[in-house]
Amino acid sequence: MVAARKNRDQPWLMRTYSGHSSAKASNALYRTNLAKGQTGLSVAFDLPTQTGYDADSPLARGEVGKVGVPISHIEDMDQLFDQIPLDQMNTSMTINATAAWLLSLYIGLAQRRGIDPKKLSGTTQNDIIKEYLSRGTYIYPPGPSMRLIADTITYTVKHVPKWNPTNVCSYHLQEAGASPVQELAYALCTAMAVLDRVKASGEIKPDEFPQVVERISFFVNAGIRFVEECCKLRAFGEMWDELTLARYKVEDPKLRRFRYGVQVNSLGLTEPQPENNVQRIVLEMLAVVLSKRARARAIQLPAWNEAMGLPRPWDQQWALRMQQVMAFETDLLEYADILDGSPVIAAKVSELIEGARREIENVEAQGGIIAAIESGYIKRELVGSHMNRLRAIESGDLKIIGVNCFQETAESPLTGGSDGAIMKTNPAAEREQIERLQAHRKSRNGDEVGAALQGLTDAAKSGDNIMPSSIRCAVAGVTTGEWGDSLRKVFGEFRPPTGIDIAIDSREVLGKRDQVTDLRARVASTGNAVGRPLKLLVGKPGLDGHSNGAEQVAVKARDVGFEVVYDGIRLTPQQIAQAAQEEGVHMVGLSILSGSHMELVESVLQELRLRDLANVPVIVGGIVPREDAEKLTALGVKAVYTPKDFNLNAIMEDMVNVIRESNGLARLASLH
Amino acid sequence: MPQVHLPDPEQLASRILRGERAAVAAGLNLLDNKLAEARNRSTRLLAALADGRSLNDGHLIGVTGPPGAGKSSLVAAMIREWRLSGRTVGVLAVDPSSRPELGGGALLGDRIRIKNSSHDEGLFIRSLANRNQLGGVAIEVWPMSWLLSACFDIVVIETVGVGQTEIDIAEIGDTVCYVAQPASGDTIQYLKSGIIEIPDIFAVNKCDLGAPARKTASEISRSAPRQDRRDDWDYPVCLVSATMNTGITPFHKHFDRHRKFLADAGLLDKLRIRHQSAWVVRLLKEEFGTFGLELIGGHAVIGEHLGKNQYNQFEEYERMRKHILSRFMSVNQPSSSTKKEHPDEQATV
Repeated sequence: MVAARKNRDQPWLMRTYSGHSSAKASNALYRTNLAKGQTGLSVAFDLPTQTGYDADSPLARGEVGKVGVPISHIEDMDQLFDQIPLDQMNTSMTINATAAWLLSLYIGLAQRRGIDPKKLSGTTQNDIIKEYLSRGTYIYPPGPSMRLIADTITYTVKHVPKWNPTNVCSYHLQEAGASPVQELAYALCTAMAVLDRVKASGEIKPDEFPQVVERISFFVNAGIRFVEECCKLRAFGEMWDELTLARYKVEDPKLRRFRYGVQVNSLGLTEPQPENNVQRIVLEMLAVVLSKRARARAIQLPAWNEAMGLPRPWDQQWALRMQQVMAFETDLLEYADILDGSPVIAAKVSELIEGARREIENVEAQGGIIAAIESGYIKRELVGSHMNRLRAIESGDLKIIGVNCFQETAESPLTGGSDGAIMKTNPAAEREQIERLQAHRKSRNGDEVGAALQGLTDAAKSGDNIMPSSIRCAVAGVTTGEWGDSLRKVFGEFRPPTGIDIAIDSREVLGKRDQVTDLRARVASTGNAVGRPLKLLVGKPGLDGHSNGAEQVAVKARDVGFEVVYDGIRLTPQQIAQAAQEEGVHMVGLSILSGSHMELVESVLQELRLRDLANVPVIVGGIVPREDAEKLTALGVKAVYTPKDFNLNAIMEDMVNVIRESNGLARLASLH
Repeated sequence: MPQVHLPDPEQLASRILRGERAAVAAGLNLLDNKLAEARNRSTRLLAALADGRSLNDGHLIGVTGPPGAGKSSLVAAMIREWRLSGRTVGVLAVDPSSRPELGGGALLGDRIRIKNSSHDEGLFIRSLANRNQLGGVAIEVWPMSWLLSACFDIVVIETVGVGQTEIDIAEIGDTVCYVAQPASGDTIQYLKSGIIEIPDIFAVNKCDLGAPARKTASEISRSAPRQDRRDDWDYPVCLVSATMNTGITPFHKHFDRHRKFLADAGLLDKLRIRHQSAWVVRLLKEEFGTFGLELIGGHAVIGEHLGKNQYNQFEEYERMRKHILSRFMSVNQPSSSTKKEHPDEQATV
């Protein structure tokens, strides 16, 4: 038995991405997590907060407190950090379109507590560019969004110097299907776009610019192919070092270090045999800690049951313990970089770098990342990669244990409990938050609020840095919805420029051709029987912007012959029912990942009934616990698809049968 | 047997004329339906809608241009103006279908680009796939636009034009607008192709690009006024930016001005009668080929028939169709009579 060596490296920051129901409930959870040895906080905000709406906005219905904590004003922020010393905490906020606002609330709260903002440390995700590609919680068009990012950077570099104002996210690119090369290329292109924008603002003197470069950090994903993922992170480090020297002339190598935080892959977590996710998560973590030169600064691990619903405190504790075992029990932190000198690793790293360089040149030739997003190029590439992955799972080329092989399983004692092994958010949370918000509006000084909002509008119009006026708003008691609306009036709202008119080479992405051919015949013959081609409406009600699933279903349905109206994200139930009516569709497909499926689906069904469209079948896809799926079916939903339904051909086959039954036609026999 | 609930066409027509949205939607579904009984009812619906309606009502507007020119954003900006002035708008947005051997499906993404984020009872959008018809505009579009014009002040038909096949849109809109993309080869192609004859109004979008937009505008201006064009119309070329919302108001005014020009010159009803006839001929030709047209005497005789019943050519169409079908029956085996009706789906399953 050898005692651990004394000169161990410091472990990374350990966090758990959490927040739900209310500021009060989340604060209690945070304090428990810190007591268990967590060393930083990672705040999950609910969708109204992320998209700049108050809890009582009609669009917020059903979403308050669901995927995170609702923060409507400074009193909520105060409650969230009750008994947590801001100057000693490292707080990461997953917030993007409203990042400048949440940071203002945090700074405003520090000022109110008499804490110098220079002592605050933490991170705002604040990468709005990837929101257009993946997460979907954008509000404003790319121009003003870039400006908001640049404003927070120039402000924090001067006034909150320990803060990481933006976390360039390759994480969500991988969730949207990106290969390691695409992840490298698009993340670095995004960082360049941000830095170029800050440089062009003229607010930073040339000799201070290296400090700006130093404050840029990254938020990275790590998948199950952990050797390649480890090489990806080494490649990131080398490329960032090279790029910051060549393009931004940063002489000090310390300021050129690639600093990143990690949440390991959620895409690869499975609903069948969910206990296998534990070893997946541990192996994925290995990729980001193994190589000292490319080790993560902060790690948050998902819980084993994420594909089933919201994790409970015990599930989060298990995820934290994985990190602690790795950091404190193993000998990993006692060594220098154990991969240096390996020719295999070096070759893989070079291969990734070369591929990424080519793709960066390609994007730069198109005018940079913003132009490549606006033209739809990047989205097309990502959807293409993702469809290839799905095809490989369908064909069995990509093995996923318990999903497309080794499916046999004994009954799991983990999922047998009465709670279905997931947490339920407080159903009264929305009402309570609204009451709290309305009481707050009455208690504040209306004149101060009006003046602060006018200052915000003026700054937005004049081009002055948005942060000072936002902090003034925070202290005056302005609400998240008021801040969001004031800027909406000046900046306008972003509308996706191209929807998903993706021209993919169908042969490449269709999966098994024989099945697809059969499916096309079924879609065509069913269309003939009802008199016109089958038409499908796909849309996402509520505020959840994770559109990858909805897009894949839309593209696949198109490929098997449906005429698909893709109506996008952030729709009210009324808008969906109206679209179903105007478009004369044979089926409505709803995708909801935020956990608000019960409220939203019920409203959509009701709106359809109001329009005499009760006979139009509705199907639902998303993270829906089994118990809820049964309730939805009882309400009249014809099918519920969850992450375990990975085979798109099977879903298409089922959809055709649902339409057939709704039109008095016989079901067709299974294709398998 | 499928339980297809087909509405009573005469009742439906009166509900449509009252502006009931559900009836409008049901009417469009009926016009799209290829079942034999649906076709009969469609003809009755169109007849009922045509009955007593002036051919001088409303305004049918065609908007075309190359992919990526920003047609949908521009249409959205135009809709804002019309709605601000209290006029109601119906939109038919046509997107391409994939090739039949690739399943013939379509992703219809215009709705997401055109609609407002707020609920609006004065706006109705129906997306359509072009279903691989050569001209680019689905055969269903003409009767559908006619139906929409029965209850909306403005009807906009938006199609993708690739530069050489927009002939069809000329057979639909009272006013045709071409949206050009600055510094794009598509526009040059377009100018060369001679289809420059068709549009009445030109918009060069993305004028915030500056010089390239002005260059494209001047190229169009040089080509647009040709000797064989209609007299007294000036074929305006407008610099606009849908995303920056610049130049929209002056551009928008040309639509009303063009409609007034057509009405004052007595051209509006003539144009629409001509469009209806072209639609009938195209439909018959699509279904029966040149041989079918010859069976009932060819273009000359068809024109004569249509001339007899100028205000309700849908009825005339169905009469001629049945006539050709009966001639086919006597010439051909019954089984090969038509590809449009699918009484039996079992064969393909």
